[in-house]
Amino acid sequence: MSFFIETLAWLLDPANWIGAGGIPTRLAQHLLFTLVTLIVAAVIAVPIGFVIGHTGRGRGLAVAISGAFRAIPTLGLLTLVALWVGIGLSAPFVALIVLAIPPILAGAYTGFEAIDRKIIDAARAVGMSEAQILLKVELPLGLPLLIGGLRSATLQVVATATLAAYIANFGLGRYLFEGLRIRDYGEMLGGSVLVILLAIVLEGVFALIQKLVVPRGVTEGLPTDIRDGSSRSRPVMETTIEKGNSNVHST
Amino acid sequence: MIEFHAVTNRFPDGTLAVDDFSLVLPSYKTTVFVGTSGSGKTTLLRMINRMVDPTSGSIDIDGADIGTLEPVKLRRGIGYVMQNSGLLPHRKVIDNVATVPMLRGMPKKRAREEALQLLDTVGLDRSLANRYPSQLSGGQQQRVGVARGLAVNPNILLMDEPFGAVDPIVRAELQQELLRLQRELGKTVVFVTHDIDEAFLLGDQVVILRTGGKVAQVGSPAEILANPIDEFVATFVGADRGKRSLHVENHGDGDIVVDETGRLAGVLVGSSTTSSRASAASQSGSESQCGSESKAGPRGPGASAQGGDSR
Repeated sequence: MSFFIETLAWLLDPANWIGAGGIPTRLAQHLLFTLVTLIVAAVIAVPIGFVIGHTGRGRGLAVAISGAFRAIPTLGLLTLVALWVGIGLSAPFVALIVLAIPPILAGAYTGFEAIDRKIIDAARAVGMSEAQILLKVELPLGLPLLIGGLRSATLQVVATATLAAYIANFGLGRYLFEGLRIRDYGEMLGGSVLVILLAIVLEGVFALIQKLVVPRGVTEGLPTDIRDGSSRSRPVMETTIEKGNSNVHST
Repeated sequence: MIEFHAVTNRFPDGTLAVDDFSLVLPSYKTTVFVGTSGSGKTTLLRMINRMVDPTSGSIDIDGADIGTLEPVKLRRGIGYVMQNSGLLPHRKVIDNVATVPMLRGMPKKRAREEALQLLDTVGLDRSLANRYPSQLSGGQQQRVGVARGLAVNPNILLMDEPFGAVDPIVRAELQQELLRLQRELGKTVVFVTHDIDEAFLLGDQVVILRTGGKVAQVGSPAEILANPIDEFVATFVGADRGKRSLHVENHGDGDIVVDETGRLAGVLVGSSTTSSRASAASQSGSESQCGSESKAGPRGPGASAQGGDSR
């Protein structure tokens, strides 16, 4: 119980909300670091995922490599890269990109794979080039699953970005490591609460985006709409039947 | 005019889809490829717009070997209608129809105007223009598919089992619509189906294919019906089962046409006693045409259809 009170006290202490080590600064650092990591990971993974999804080739390889990437312990990789490039933000940056790539890659190619092959085939048959198929058909229809991949990558990165503080004075993770060192559990828990809140907010934002990017033609077409559509057009259909019948009569 | 010169297509696994196929498809006529699954009919169709390339042989359109043409450019000049319409689900009906003209560089405004006119052409209400394909019935989607196929005003229209997935009433409607369009527009239509009745209804030239892409018989529906070249063709068109041998039986109420299996095929009209028959026929539903149970909807407009006659 006392932990909670300590945590609350730490969170409410005005001294923790100002200065270079204050909560707003660290929160902004954490968020920015997460976003930059995601952008870089997306720049690497999305084109590869699109090529795999569009051509249908290299999926096995991608699954194997993604699996291997996922199996790498992030803290281990972080330490390894840190030994190689030294203390600073480069090491956590690299480690988090490796963490973020598999879900984004999977989102990109599964988004394309989930599209009905007949739609792609028809687009090609009416004369769309491969680039046009990718940009005008596969991208809009595959976007919801890609955003899903980004969403799960974001959650992993925002939580794991605490490790940046392991070797640099950076982000919300600093509260965890510092709290542990000086046995200030209020600060540790407070830091955790902030990371959790940030993760929840980002999750909400992505859930919203994911909903918004579903093309309207895919979400519409509920049963009521279909009934509405056919009843309105019935007069049109009947005139054509009459035309058809009258043709048969007259011949 | 489309010419197949000794075209063979072999799938990578070695299966022969089309075997040494040569044929001339005359301009402004409808040629129907009909056959069972695995007869190579769809492969033949898809070779015309280079969705599939022949393993050997060549195909000419108006004298030009299409093997030398750029596939994307070729396809933009040929109308293509497929089963299940193949519409882009994330685009409105009007944008689906305007897709190919816009790919060819037509300004959006003009492409949309022409798309609206095409909706009229295929018998769709303009109020459907701003709907998405998923909001339309199967028959309406198929009409949009036909409108899209016509959008670049192509000389050639390829139709791959376009009416295969709609119910019999709608299919009969769409078939009549296609006949009307063909009378008005005079395209070179290549049509693929597994339904021999559809082939005979729509085709000027019917090509019956057997498994492995071999031609069983080519001819007009009348030629094929009158002289099936062999047992396979006879079986396929139903002549061996007596389905095509009709005779008249008098049932008191009227002259009923019956096939050899005893199935009632329809009512005899147009004979000397037509006037008395016509009223009997319209009372007994509207199956006044042979085998037209599919067209006989449960509608009173039997009367309005006759009103149309008197025009």
